Amino acid sequence: MTINPDLQGRSYPAAEVYDVGREKIREFARAVKATHPAHFDVAAAEGLGHSDLVAPPTFAIIVAQRADAQLIEDPESGIDFSRVVHADQRFTHHRPIVAGDRLVAELHVDGVRAMGGGAMITTRSEIFALAPGDATDAAGVREPVATATSSILVRGEGQ
Amino acid sequence: MSTASFAPKFAELTVGQDIGSRSITVTRTDLVKYAGASGDFNPIHWNEAFATGVGLPGVIAHGMFTMGAAVQLVTDWAGDPAAVVDFQTRFTKPVPVADTTGTPEAGAVIEVSGAIGALDADAGTARVDLTVVSAAQKVLVKAQAVVRLA
Repeated sequence: MTINPDLQGRSYPAAEVYDVGREKIREFARAVKATHPAHFDVAAAEGLGHSDLVAPPTFAIIVAQRADAQLIEDPESGIDFSRVVHADQRFTHHRPIVAGDRLVAELHVDGVRAMGGGAMITTRSEIFALAPGDATDAAGVREPVATATSSILVRGEGQ
Repeated sequence: MSTASFAPKFAELTVGQDIGSRSITVTRTDLVKYAGASGDFNPIHWNEAFATGVGLPGVIAHGMFTMGAAVQLVTDWAGDPAAVVDFQTRFTKPVPVADTTGTPEAGAVIEVSGAIGALDADAGTARVDLTVVSAAQKVLVKAQAVVRLA
């Protein structure tokens, strides 16, 4: 199956809300071998001026990969996940992610380029925090938090 | 916490300055922990037969594990994880992680070092360029973290 070239320019709206919990920040921090107290100790995070535990710099990948799954699992995309290789990744933080944030991600397909029998696909997740009290994104008031850009190589047959 | 008082001062930095280095040991257990923490359960990161079946030398670390672990050098140097306002890399070589379960041995070692690559006085940011090597191969390329400093 080949990659659908019409994917370029496609967007997937924000789906489920991701609630950032303290224990998830601690678990993710331990998993990347982070030891900074601002990931574990609320008083330490507050001492640096943050409202709660601060997520490590790559934490947004959890939210971004959930958004990417919408594309990968879209039957129209033609992407075979078992042939996907992560080629590059970038995070731009507009403000830190902290415990208590409720995040949503809009996915944009910025590039689709044929490579051999496969394709390089560049996606961009625009991650926003919902306004306090807006548990379901009903108000549509969003604060930009991070932009996560990634390129995946979908290997063709024999690659 | 007095971490902030040890934070580097922008005015005292120079391009080329070394920010330090560290060795990160990796085991299969670490990859299982990362899979659970991140939600990335691709079996190439925990199942030997699956990994070799798709042409890999064996189980490999998540690229995002390597990226996430490598930036800790920068986070600790900066004194505040939130100071890292931009972080990017290309994944060039996989990091195979040997099965050393039940022994105290590491399955792989990742060596990380960092140096100031650029300074932006208007933005008050320093770009830290990371060199990330495992088994004598560069596993991340163009690994750059932009840090906002006072």
